[in-house]
Amino acid sequence: MSIPMYWRTSHQRLALTGEVCPTCEAKLFPPRDICPHCNSPAKTRFDFCGRGTVYSYSLVNVAPRGFERCAPYVVALVALEEGPLLTAQLTETDPQDVFIGMPVEMVTRRMREGSEQGLIEYGYKFRPCMERAEA
Amino acid sequence: MPLMKPTMDVGIIGYGAYVPRYRLPASEVSRVWHPGGDRAPVEQKAVAGPDEDTVTMSIEAARNALARAEIAPARLGAVWVGSESHPYAVKPTSAIVAEAIGATPHVLAGDWQFACKAGTEALQAALALVGSGMTPYALAIGMDTAQSRPGDVLEYTAAAGGAAYIVGPGDEAVALLQGSVSFATENPDFWRRPQQNYPEHGGRFTGEPSYFRHTLAAATELMEALGRTPQDYAYAVFHQPNRRFPREAAVRLGFSAEQIKAGLLVDRIGNAYAGSSMLGLGALLDVANPGDRVLHVSYGSGAGSDAFEWLVTDGLHERRHRAPLTSYYVNRVQEIDYATYARYRNKLQME
Ligand SMILES: [Zn+2]
Repeated sequence: MSIPMYWRTSHQRLALTGEVCPTCEAKLFPPRDICPHCNSPAKTRFDFCGRGTVYSYSLVNVAPRGFERCAPYVVALVALEEGPLLTAQLTETDPQDVFIGMPVEMVTRRMREGSEQGLIEYGYKFRPCMERAEA
Repeated sequence: MPLMKPTMDVGIIGYGAYVPRYRLPASEVSRVWHPGGDRAPVEQKAVAGPDEDTVTMSIEAARNALARAEIAPARLGAVWVGSESHPYAVKPTSAIVAEAIGATPHVLAGDWQFACKAGTEALQAALALVGSGMTPYALAIGMDTAQSRPGDVLEYTAAAGGAAYIVGPGDEAVALLQGSVSFATENPDFWRRPQQNYPEHGGRFTGEPSYFRHTLAAATELMEALGRTPQDYAYAVFHQPNRRFPREAAVRLGFSAEQIKAGLLVDRIGNAYAGSSMLGLGALLDVANPGDRVLHVSYGSGAGSDAFEWLVTDGLHERRHRAPLTSYYVNRVQEIDYATYARYRNKLQME
């Protein structure tokens, strides 16, 4: 990732921030300033809750350069609760445990290892939803 | 007078833990490096995954703290991370964390460094910042992915984890600050020079003149200043570099095994360095009741201790379950072998 690209997408990658269309109320990710559903200007910031389900997925055994450390890993299409579909790596899960419809939640993780001298890229991944009921 | 307390009432309004799910059993370190001799000072230690570091772990702990505090992140006047494993030598961890949780741009963001007490140093400063009225809320984090030389005795214990605390006005607190004491001297027990991957330590020197001198002094002076005896506390938590030190500190101060049990995590996660006593305090807040007094004492090599007294309020019960309990993270365990550990923590230099 170039430094300008890193800077431009920093907040959306770290916090899963997109936009909401003021006309048709569609939630947009990534932010694109024009609503693809009704073509209206859509620049209102919207923070996604971070929960969703696995829509589909694929196992990556031979990782592209910079992603070797986590291989083998699953890349999934995640359907966010608010609507949008996005592509993300799954983490904290064994590939054989992943299934379509699996509830997942966003975490911020190291995405890609460049050189020892380079920038560390942080961004969103998803993991199986943690069980929280312990009350 | 060593006692410190801001003129305004301040306290913890939200807290959040994070411990990665991987565990390296001590038997694996023994198998590879010390066959035949069992020197294990803990049962196992928590290890960060290949895509985790002090930044990512701080972000999750901070999100848990925000969930309990229920404040808008933009109201945080400071985001401070104490660690000895900041991912960059130059580029603040805190600014990345602040951006991820939505606290930017009007925020103090800085990284703190004082070996294992970097987290409580940040906490002291957060209490002062809020207590002075400069800002309504401040976030202090102690978090580490501690380094250790392969085969060194520290490899059994040098672990990953930590906790985040949001400090705010006393009337919103789940635990009110009653006072604190800091005790620091120049002390050669543990260090790491620039560009070195692994720390050096003074062996047996780490005990009496280091851990015990500072921990016992800070705790004793705080209790004297507040007119307390160990019986006044429901719980106590100390820095936990190994199984023995916190237990012995408790005995020497007059605390019972029962008072320290709930906050003692070292056997199951190892020494989380700047996160150690902060995580222990989180485990205590998970079980404490309104009216309980908690003594909380950190220790960092170099060396110093911060001692705090916290008074638990009625607000704790309602906020406790807004985020995962510390025990949830401590109990989620995926064991790994030494080879996986070596891969996850970059112990093999490939070029
Ligand atoms: Zn629209």
